[in-house]
Amino acid sequence: MNLASLAPLAVVLPLFGAAVTFVLLRQERAQRIVSIGVVALTLALEVTLLASVWGGGTVAVPIGEWVPPWGITLVVDQFSSLMLVISSSVSLAVLIYAVSQGVADGDHRDGPISVFHPSFLILIAGVSDAFLAGDLFNLYVGFEMLLTASYVLLTLGGTTARIRAGVTYVVVSVVSSLLFLIAIAMVYAATGTVNMADLAVKLGHLRPGMQLLLHVMLLLGFGIKAAVFPLSFWLPDSYPTAPAPVTAVFAGLLTKVGVYAMVRTETLLFPGDQLNAPLMVVALLTMVVGILGALAQTDIKRLLSFTLVSHIGYMVFGLAMSSVIGLASTVFYVMHHITVQTSLFLVAGLIERRAGSASIDRLGGLAKLSPLLGLLYFLPAMNLAGIPPLSGFLGKLGLIQAGVSLGTPLALAVVVAGVAVSLLTLLALARVWARAFWRTPDDAENPDRALLANPHPGSMPRAMVGATAGLVALGLALTVFAGPLFSVSQQAANDMLDRTPYITAVLGQDAAHEAAQQAAQAGVARP
Amino acid sequence: MNPNLTLLIISGVLFACGIYLVLERSLTRVLLGLMMLTNGANLLLLTTGGYAGLAPFFAKGTDPRAYTDPLPEAFVLTSIVISFAVTGFMLALVYRTWQLGRGDEVADDLEDRRVAAQTGSQPEEDAILPEDVSEFMDREEAAAADRAAVHSARQKVMARDAAGAPLDGDAAYGQTSDRVSRDGEDPE
Repeated sequence: MNLASLAPLAVVLPLFGAAVTFVLLRQERAQRIVSIGVVALTLALEVTLLASVWGGGTVAVPIGEWVPPWGITLVVDQFSSLMLVISSSVSLAVLIYAVSQGVADGDHRDGPISVFHPSFLILIAGVSDAFLAGDLFNLYVGFEMLLTASYVLLTLGGTTARIRAGVTYVVVSVVSSLLFLIAIAMVYAATGTVNMADLAVKLGHLRPGMQLLLHVMLLLGFGIKAAVFPLSFWLPDSYPTAPAPVTAVFAGLLTKVGVYAMVRTETLLFPGDQLNAPLMVVALLTMVVGILGALAQTDIKRLLSFTLVSHIGYMVFGLAMSSVIGLASTVFYVMHHITVQTSLFLVAGLIERRAGSASIDRLGGLAKLSPLLGLLYFLPAMNLAGIPPLSGFLGKLGLIQAGVSLGTPLALAVVVAGVAVSLLTLLALARVWARAFWRTPDDAENPDRALLANPHPGSMPRAMVGATAGLVALGLALTVFAGPLFSVSQQAANDMLDRTPYITAVLGQDAAHEAAQQAAQAGVARP
Repeated sequence: MNPNLTLLIISGVLFACGIYLVLERSLTRVLLGLMMLTNGANLLLLTTGGYAGLAPFFAKGTDPRAYTDPLPEAFVLTSIVISFAVTGFMLALVYRTWQLGRGDEVADDLEDRRVAAQTGSQPEEDAILPEDVSEFMDREEAAAADRAAVHSARQKVMARDAAGAPLDGDAAYGQTSDRVSRDGEDPE
């Protein structure tokens, strides 16, 4: 038996865990043990999946032995299993952080807070399902699972600020899901299938205008989820109000699921380069507008949300070049960004806890107060800004290399913008460093009287610091093991651009052959 | 496949009304708009399955116009279940908004307004710097002069603060820090 056929467990285990934790709603301790255990088990399973496809190999798992393209298919390839492993490791760290925060705060009341564990596990199940989905409708279901769980997590506690943020978030997400659903209806009406491998063969038969319509509809739906400018307005508005661990896991995973879906659309469904130029413009605008927004902020969590939007631009850029090196850099950059952005949000939560505020107008002297916190902020911040030799630098280097070797004026413009945005990211993060960590507390513009009188309002529980440190270490590990990771990203990119391994795994040789012929006829040249 | 024109027109009307309602500021109307949009999408999905009243697919080589495709109906069922859950959740949100604010309008983000209202200059860069008087003095004198200068600068900042926060941020901050310190707790 192939190990990869265990793939459905990556979705089923967290769902099962969610059911158990829901039954244990009143037993906090048991809830904690079950959810951490389940996530750790899922992570172990996903590492096995990754090991089984490492170095090449795509496995399709038909659910209930229904033969594709009729049944539901899960597809494990290098890209999806890499994403699974990274997302589960990040979720595990965030879960430990959230649990110890809850323990430290003495959250022993039963109330809406005990809904956290089931919702978190359903979120993980949804993310795994979206990464594994081999057909559009299953992708939609995965999206809905993670979105519905995220609605609950975002509005946890039901305070005024969170309800306000939650309303924007829910409405925007529902509209994006509707766009996706309408796109699915149109795809089904046009081709009679929703299986992605089958679509890869059949979409090529449609008229170019129809293809363009379906392509744009799908990208719009995914673009809202990935927070690509100008569809990104909702993100900085809704993320910062949620509890720190929730914001962290959203920042790490949810937008990346959108990026993942965009990658699949661009490589598998519509391999042509008809939308590459608009995508590059969008990438450029996302980078620039996002980072300019970040520079105006004084709240660390809001600032980080804007940098999150800005860096989605890099991933879209790599995708828009549709070359192996560009796509490989996107894959690598997604892994780097999930880890680093999540750890920065966790650090922001620690700052809030330690100093009682996350506004850089009020903070000061944190580096003296807690050097460890300073280190935990400094490393991922430099990593995000792309200081050599960290993984952010390596990812950006790959993107720049791909852009320069493509050589079109538009690509060069995005390369220049990418370098400028990386500098501006450094500026934004250095501003936080200079104000929150470096200056003396009474130099703050709006010094908190209470904070000045009592410089130690909160303590940082060891497990929270430990979980954050673990994630920071994972970010550094991505730097140390960048060589093998980049080569596996390159193979994944190669497989995705080639399409043959995916289609062969799902539908067999003949379909793959037909798709390849079509691509050759349409003049899609692949390096 | 022959689409059913009536259903398509109805779904189009639902989309138009739904989009109009979603653009409103009142949450109840937004909710109604979302329900219309989902139903429009469901009808669109349904029409992709062929005519109503025909038998589902039964044998190989059947004429496409002679059977109904059951798969879109499965899609619609899933989508109805999902929209049911989301509508329930939205209703709870609307009710909670009304409970907290006695209204169902979408509120502005305070921090957003504050950032938009701030000037281009940074207070820190424009801060009153202590005059550099330490040149040509012996060490103790210089230290005393520095201390005095820092003290007077701080006094000025405090006085400016006490006169009213220049950015009008204290109200918003009060709320934020309250929220932060009681993370995840119900305000009631």
